[in-house]
Amino acid sequence: MAKRIVVDPITRIEGHLRIDCEIDNGRVTKAWSSGQMWRGIELILQGRDPRDAWVFTQRICGVCTTVHAIASVRAVENALNLEVPLNAQYIRNMIIGAHGIFDHIVHFYHLSALDWVDIVSALKGSPKAASALGQQLSPWHRNSEQEIKAVQEKLKGFVGSGQLGVFAGGYWGHPAMKLSPEVNLLAATHYFQALEYQRKINKVVAILGSKTPHIQNLAVGGVANPINPDSQSTLTIERLYHIKTLIDEIGAFVKDVYMVDVAAVGAFYADWTKYGAGVTNYLAVPDMPLDTKGTAFDLPGGYIADGKVGSFKPVTGFNDDFFKQGVKEGIKHSWYKGDWDRHPWEEETVPQHTDFQDNGKYSWVKSPTFNGKPAQVGPLANVLCMYAAGHAPTKKYTEGLLGTVSKLAGATVGIDALHSTIGRHAARAVRCAVLHDSLVGQWQALMDNIGRGDYATFNAPVFPKGEQRGVGFHEAPRGVLSHWVVIQDGKIKNYQCVVPSTWNAGPRNNNDVPGPYEASLVNTPIADPEKPLEVLRTVHSFDPCLACAIHLLDPENREIVSVRTTV
Amino acid sequence: MSCNILVLGVGNVLLSDEGAGVRAVEQLQRSYVFPPRVELIDGGTMGLDLLGYLDDKTHLFIVDAIVSSKPPGSLIVEKLLDPPAYFRQKISPHQIGLSELLAVAAMQDCLPPSITLFGIVPLDLSTGIEMSPEVNAAVSAAVLAVVKELGMLGIEVGAPRC
Repeated sequence: MAKRIVVDPITRIEGHLRIDCEIDNGRVTKAWSSGQMWRGIELILQGRDPRDAWVFTQRICGVCTTVHAIASVRAVENALNLEVPLNAQYIRNMIIGAHGIFDHIVHFYHLSALDWVDIVSALKGSPKAASALGQQLSPWHRNSEQEIKAVQEKLKGFVGSGQLGVFAGGYWGHPAMKLSPEVNLLAATHYFQALEYQRKINKVVAILGSKTPHIQNLAVGGVANPINPDSQSTLTIERLYHIKTLIDEIGAFVKDVYMVDVAAVGAFYADWTKYGAGVTNYLAVPDMPLDTKGTAFDLPGGYIADGKVGSFKPVTGFNDDFFKQGVKEGIKHSWYKGDWDRHPWEEETVPQHTDFQDNGKYSWVKSPTFNGKPAQVGPLANVLCMYAAGHAPTKKYTEGLLGTVSKLAGATVGIDALHSTIGRHAARAVRCAVLHDSLVGQWQALMDNIGRGDYATFNAPVFPKGEQRGVGFHEAPRGVLSHWVVIQDGKIKNYQCVVPSTWNAGPRNNNDVPGPYEASLVNTPIADPEKPLEVLRTVHSFDPCLACAIHLLDPENREIVSVRTTV
Repeated sequence: MSCNILVLGVGNVLLSDEGAGVRAVEQLQRSYVFPPRVELIDGGTMGLDLLGYLDDKTHLFIVDAIVSSKPPGSLIVEKLLDPPAYFRQKISPHQIGLSELLAVAAMQDCLPPSITLFGIVPLDLSTGIEMSPEVNAAVSAAVLAVVKELGMLGIEVGAPRC
């Protein structure tokens, strides 16, 4: 007899995502992904000055603030055909790189590792054995028995006082938890270290973005960081060297800890290379522009159909028609009026809420398609596209990581294993290493350009009469983000954000084809429907983020997440 | 004893009253001049990103919208004696928001010893950048309450900027 489980909400900070699964014989047979909160943020932008849009869009989401700021200025620049000075590109690229590294580290260690790592089991691990294992896997200098023991003592303190803090409510002891106490302990140690290193890399964003947690330094046409090597109040050489120190410190953590931990989890959970593939059309966009027009990029992007790396077709620049024409959003299964399938510039936002209808409308999220088909976005799509494009650092880190997995698993694990739940984690680690290399390169490019005496950071935008249309895209930590703007006589007429989690969390499309979350959950084994850890594993592997951060404190301690099981 | 204070306003300004904490910080920044040991941050809806701002702080003032049985527009000021427990929710361990920020700060031994919540009960959480009149008034009350609390710590804020 089929059971139905409802996990609601599956995330908190990013708005409400609800997942429904039908389970038969211990496996998911059908899944629905539903955004439970309406954004409609686009409506706020209508009639406003396009130069201000980024200030509003960076508030859309509680996690990916900078990415919406970047996509927004790019959209307006694209509409105006406005070139961006080289220094501004490099500074933006460094913010993009640092933010991406921060985001990937936090996602793995603090938002999803605990789906795989059992913190309570780590209390039983031998620090000596965990240290020996760590030293066998990596040259990392902080795998000593002493440091691991200190973390274990700290954890014991939390558990002893009943104060599990962030660890409260995990599925500890769940039958799907497979790591040995030593591996759990080593991972827990790195969980704590990751807290330190994410702060370092986030400082780079803060210095370049002007201190406060929301970046302040963007402008349509460039950045507002005046460069003057001799003035204290601007971006000085001293500050740039401080940034370089932070970048260097984080590099070892990414390559000797994060990459290795992901390889180990992948090897010990080799079964999970068989689950969670879902939609294997992959879409990514190029990023880290290296010229003023956005025609050359450090990181390539494009489209792969049906999981065939050989089918790769590149997206070549900010004006590429392949991307511009290919994107549509449909609302047949979404809570909006009608059942259209339209290009973002032609969309309207008219809500029409109904019940949760399994075969009708059931989500606030729209259903995007690329040339008529659903596409998965995110680090996996990005890495596969860069790999297909022959991007050397991507090839190096992908093959390195798969090599470590193969050694640990005692069997050859190839690139096909990446089409899976655990593959998304592996690809995110690879992307993080690639971003680090790119960040180092962008820092050097900025230094060299300043050295040539170029201090320009801004080209003033001019808004002509009449209508202009633009798209700004960005390969954000969660995947392809695009902002679509229509400007009329210098004011915003229409604005649509097609965000990464819309691509991945979207409902069935206008042809009733399930979206990536929905497709990826089918066939996943569920050991205990009351504790659907396996559902969380797959959904969390996408790094879900519904763009409408609600952030309400609940001091009366109501239970606000529920897992409901019905027969 | 010298004290360092962080006034942290949090919330989403695109969802009407949800942004009350951020609006309060904006109003404080507009209306007063603060000595260097008082830092004001518009935290938006961020979580772990804010960890660095807690370093070396003796007092943390959190201004935020709260869920409460009190009527909308109420202001609740209270000292939190056991903040991570106070904010604990029976939720999976994967969501990092303000509650987790404080829990992580506690784990990292950088939780400010004194934490005061200035909680505002919202009325309207719909999409929009204007607050309801009730909550607007509560934000002004929260601003005065923050200034008063600073005064009790011996910190005088400067005259309003002209």
